[in-house]
Amino acid sequence: MEAYIYDAVRSVRGKGNKKGALYGVTPTELSRQVLVALKERNSLDTSKVEDVIFGCVAQVKDQGVNIAKSAAQESNYGDHLCGVTLNRFCGSGLEAMNQAAAYVKSGFSNLLVAGGVESMSRVPMGSDGGGFLMDPLQAIPRNLVPQGISADLIATKYGYSRNDTDLFAVESQKRASEAEADKRFKSRIPITDINGLDILVTDENIRPSTTLEGISKLQPSFAMMGSMGGFDAVAIDKYPEVEELLHVHHAANSSSIVDGAGATLIGNKEIGKALGLTPRFRVRAAAVEGTDPTIMLTGPVPASVKALKQAGMSINDIDLFEVNEAFSAIPMYFMDKLGVDHSVVNVNGGAIAMGHPLGATGCMIAGTLMDELERRDLNTGLITLCIGGGMGIATIIERV
Amino acid sequence: MENIKNDLFEFEVGTDGIGVLSINQINNPTNLFSTEFVTAYIELANEAIADKAIKGVILTSARSMFMPGADLRELQNMGNDPKVQFEKTMKMHHAFRAIETAGKPFVAAINGTAMGGGLELCLTCHHRIVLNNIKIKLGFPEAKVGLLPAGGGNSKAPYLLGIQNALMYLLQGKEVRPSEALKDGLVDDLAENQEELIQKAKDWISANSNPVQPWDNKKHRIPGGDVWSANGVQTLVGAAGNLGKMAHGNYPAQNYIMKVIHDGLPMMIDRALEIEARYFTKLLTSKEAKNMIRTGFMELQKAKKGIARPKTEPKYEIKKLGILGAGMMGAGIAYVSAKAGMGVVLKDVTQEGADKGKAYSKDILDKAISRKRSTPEKAEALLSKIEATTDPASMKDCDLVIEAVFEDPKLKAIVTAETEAVLGKDKIYASNTSTIPITELAKASSRPDNFIGIHFFSPVEKMPLVEIIVGKKTEEKAIAAAVDYTVAIGKIPIVVNDSRGFYTSRCFGTFVSEGSFMVEEGVPAAMVENVAKAAGMAVGPLAVIDEVTLTLGLHVYESDPTPNKPPFQERSYKMQKDLVDNHGRKGKKWGAGFYDYPKGMPKKLWSGLAEKYNSNVDYLDKETVAKRIMHRQAIEAFKCLQEGVLKSVVDGDLGSVLGWGFPIFTGGALSYIDFVGMQKFVSECDDFTARFGERFAVPDKLRALSEANKSIHDY
Repeated sequence: MEAYIYDAVRSVRGKGNKKGALYGVTPTELSRQVLVALKERNSLDTSKVEDVIFGCVAQVKDQGVNIAKSAAQESNYGDHLCGVTLNRFCGSGLEAMNQAAAYVKSGFSNLLVAGGVESMSRVPMGSDGGGFLMDPLQAIPRNLVPQGISADLIATKYGYSRNDTDLFAVESQKRASEAEADKRFKSRIPITDINGLDILVTDENIRPSTTLEGISKLQPSFAMMGSMGGFDAVAIDKYPEVEELLHVHHAANSSSIVDGAGATLIGNKEIGKALGLTPRFRVRAAAVEGTDPTIMLTGPVPASVKALKQAGMSINDIDLFEVNEAFSAIPMYFMDKLGVDHSVVNVNGGAIAMGHPLGATGCMIAGTLMDELERRDLNTGLITLCIGGGMGIATIIERV
Repeated sequence: MENIKNDLFEFEVGTDGIGVLSINQINNPTNLFSTEFVTAYIELANEAIADKAIKGVILTSARSMFMPGADLRELQNMGNDPKVQFEKTMKMHHAFRAIETAGKPFVAAINGTAMGGGLELCLTCHHRIVLNNIKIKLGFPEAKVGLLPAGGGNSKAPYLLGIQNALMYLLQGKEVRPSEALKDGLVDDLAENQEELIQKAKDWISANSNPVQPWDNKKHRIPGGDVWSANGVQTLVGAAGNLGKMAHGNYPAQNYIMKVIHDGLPMMIDRALEIEARYFTKLLTSKEAKNMIRTGFMELQKAKKGIARPKTEPKYEIKKLGILGAGMMGAGIAYVSAKAGMGVVLKDVTQEGADKGKAYSKDILDKAISRKRSTPEKAEALLSKIEATTDPASMKDCDLVIEAVFEDPKLKAIVTAETEAVLGKDKIYASNTSTIPITELAKASSRPDNFIGIHFFSPVEKMPLVEIIVGKKTEEKAIAAAVDYTVAIGKIPIVVNDSRGFYTSRCFGTFVSEGSFMVEEGVPAAMVENVAKAAGMAVGPLAVIDEVTLTLGLHVYESDPTPNKPPFQERSYKMQKDLVDNHGRKGKKWGAGFYDYPKGMPKKLWSGLAEKYNSNVDYLDKETVAKRIMHRQAIEAFKCLQEGVLKSVVDGDLGSVLGWGFPIFTGGALSYIDFVGMQKFVSECDDFTARFGERFAVPDKLRALSEANKSIHDY
C-alpha cells in the first residue's frame, strides 16, 4: 500500500527567546492552530483522522505529558483522536511523517496527522536533562561533545573556513528573503490570539539585510566551550588528525532558535477518494542511520544513501533537496560528499534564516519542499536532517 | 562503660559523661584506616551509643597525624572477588550509618593531618573541629592511586562542598589547610590549641544532644545546587569535558568518582553509598589501581627511603657539595642541595657564570616569597649556603662533587683531573651526564672506584627522579653515597648499570624517534602528537624533540664512538640532520623545529612537514600509531632489563614514570607489557617487527616469559 501526503501546514516561526513574538503562546496552542488550519484548508472530515503523531524534543513543562494528545484534544477533531509524542531530536518532525507513512503503508491506519512542535522560548533546549553529556560513563568513554563542537569539527576536518560558512549563511538569508518577497511559503499560517488578532504573520527571524561583512565580525559561539569545557581536546582525542579545532560557527551561520509547529496529513489512496482529497506527494522511502557520536552531525549522508537505495534511485534522480541547516557545515558536507550542487539545495533558504524549532523542523521543511516542487513543476525531493547523538534521517517524496 | 586502652586507641570517659577516643595505632608508623581499626572502632562506638551514661564521643588522635589515609598495603592485597569486597564495604557503611543516625553526638577533634579514610572517618562524625595549624592537611587523595573515597567521602563531600568544589577535591586530590577547609565547609570550626579543641568539642556535644547529618536533613541545601539544577548540569557537563581533556579516559577512578555523584547524589544517602561501594569495588579490582598503588605508592616509598643503597655501607653524610658548571642543571642542583641544608660550592669558568647560577636559586625563592611559600629570612639562609666561585681549589672540602659541564668527554676529563687534584681521596666524584657512559668518563679519573653517575632531570627543582649510574669500576661506597645524597635532597633514586644513554635517555630516545619515524612515513604529524597524548604521554614526541632541540640529538649521535649503532639511531640521525641542515629546523630555541613558534601564539606544527613527507591525510589507524609509540618504549625498557642495565622491573617502572612521563595507569614501561597482556604484546611486536623493523624484535627472555604464561613481575 502507498502512503500519500495530502497536505502540509506550518506556523510562522517566532524568535525563541523572551523577546520573541510567540513567547506568550504555549506549544499546545501552536499545535492546535496548525491542526485547525489543516482541517480548514482541506474541509477535513476530522472523524476519519485516527491519530496525531507529533515530534517534540524537550518534553517537559509546557511540552510535557504527551503534548500530541493535548493538541489533539484542543483541535476539536473529536474525542476519538489519539496522540503520541516522539523524540528523535532534530529529526522528530520528519520521523513523525515517516512513522505515519509506515502505519499507512502497513495498513494499520488510513489517515493520520504527523508533525511536530517546539517552543524553544518557553521550554529551552536541554530542559529535559539526559545523560549524553552529563553521565561521565556515557560521555567520557565515547568522547561525547556538544553539537557546536561537532559542527566545528566537521568544518575543520573537511576544510570549511569561516568565510565559506559565512557565505553559506548569507545565501540562506538571501534565498529566504526572496522566497518571502515572492510569497512562496504557501503552507505557512500566521499565529493569532484568542480574539483572532495576529500575533505573528511572517517568519520573525529572516534578516534580508545580512551581509558577509556584517556577520564576519561575530564571535565564534563554541570557542569558549571548546577550551574551558575541555571539549576541543575531547574531540581531538577521537580525531587526532586534527591539530586544532577551528571554531567557525556563530549565531548567524548556525540555525536560529525559534518557536513553531507544523503538521501534515498522511493517508492511503482510498481515504483520500472517500473524503474528496487530492494527494500531493507519495512517500517513496524513509531511512535513519547512525554515525560516530563525536562528529555526530554527518548523518544526512548515510541516511540519504540508504533512502536512495531503498527507493532504487540515484542522487541524480532527486530534483530538489532540503538539508536542514543546523549549522552551515552540515549542508556543505552533504553537498560535498554526495556531489550535489547548491542550486538545488535549500532553494528557499533554511534554518539559518528561518530557524529550527527542533521537534517541528522536519515536517516544516517537507512542506516547504512540497510547495517548491509544485511551483517549479518538478517531481522528486529529498528531505534530510542531522540528529544529535550521531544520527541522520532522510525521506524521499515524489509528486503524484 | 570502662576506659579502654589497646593497640589501636585509648578511650576515656570523663566525669562530664563525654568519651574521648584517641587513636593510637602503636604497631603502625602512623594511624591508618584499616579493617582492623574500623572493626574495633565500630564496636566501641556501638558500646558508647548503647551506654546511656555517655553523652557523646570525641574522636581525636594521640599521634602527630590524625590519620593520613588508608592502609594501601591491605587494599593492594584485598583479592579479586568483587562480591566479598562489595559486601565488606557495605557492612562498613551500615555500621557507620548506624553511628550517624543513633542520636548521640560524635565530634571529630582533628589535631593532625586527616586524609582519605581518615577524613572520611571524620565525616561520619556530626561535627568537625580542626586545630588551626598550617602543617595539617585535609583532603581525599584516593584518585591519585586509582581509587575513590569509599568510606562515604565520595557521596558525602558534595553535601558539604557543593558539586563543583567536591569535584576539585575528589578528582584532583586537592589538599587544603584548616582555614581553607573551614571556608569550603569541609569542617565546622577551628581551634587554636589542643585544649581549646577538646573544649569546643565538649561544648558542642553539650549543646547538640540529637544531631542530624546534612545528608539526613531534609532542609539541607547542597551548596551551588543539586545534580539537576541548572548549575549542577553545567558543572557536570563541563567536568566531563575537562576530565576527558585531562585524563583522555585512561583513569577509571576519576570517571567513577563523577559517576557516584551523578547517580548517587539525587538519592537518599543509604542507597547512594551502595552506588559508591559498587564503583569502589570495580576500581579495587582494576589493573589501573593496582598499578598506581604498586608503582606510584609502594615502590615509590621504598625507593624514596633508599632501598637501592648497598646495605652494608655506612651512611655517607654530605655536609658540603661541590658543583662543576653553573648552567641550568648545575644551578638547579645547587638549589635543591642548599634547600636540603647542605653547603654548596657552585663553580663555573667565569664569576659571572657562577653568579648567574646562584641567581637561579634567588629567582625560585623570590617567586616562593611572592606566593607566600617562603620568607625573606628563609630565602637568605638558603642563599647563604651557596658559594659561587671560579676556583677549582674550592672543591677541596667537599664530600661529593657533581660535574654538570657541557656533554663533551674531553672537557669532562679536564675538570675531573682538575678537581681530583684537590678533592679528598675518599670523597665521591659524580657526573651529571645524561648519555655518555660512566665507564668512559671514569677513564679520566685517578680513582674510578669513587666515580659514579648522578643523572638529574630538567628542571631539577621539579623533577623527582635521579638516575644513579654504576660504572664498571664504581664501588659500593660510591653507590651508597649517591643514594644517600639523593634521599637527602628528597628525590627518588634508581640505580642502573652503565650503558650509553643508561636507562631513561635510551628509552626516552625510542619514544621520540618512533614518533618522528611515523611522520617520515607519512602519518600526519598532528595524529602522532595527539595519539601520543591520548595514550597517556604528557607531551607529544615531536614537541619533546623540539624542546631538547634537534641539534642536541645530532651532537649525541656524532659524539658516540660506538661502532655498528642500531639502524633506528642512524635513521633518526639522518632525518633530524636533514631537517636541521636543509630546512633550518633546529628546535624550539630557534623558533623552528617540528613546530613553528609564532610570538605570543600557541605553537603550530610546521606546515612544511606534510609536504616534505607527503603526509597521508586519510591515514586513520590511530591504534597502530599509539601502539608503536608505547610498545617501542616497553621493548627498549625490556632490553635494558635483559642486558642488566636495569636491576629490576620496579626500577624500570619508576624510572619511566618519573623520568620521562610514561603514564602511571599502566604501572610503568615494563608493567605496561602486563597491562597490554603479555602474549598480546609479544604477538603485536612480532607483527610490528615484520612491518616496521627489527627495533620491535621481542627479546628472548621476554618471549620465554610469554611462552611460560608468566607476568613481567616474574622476571
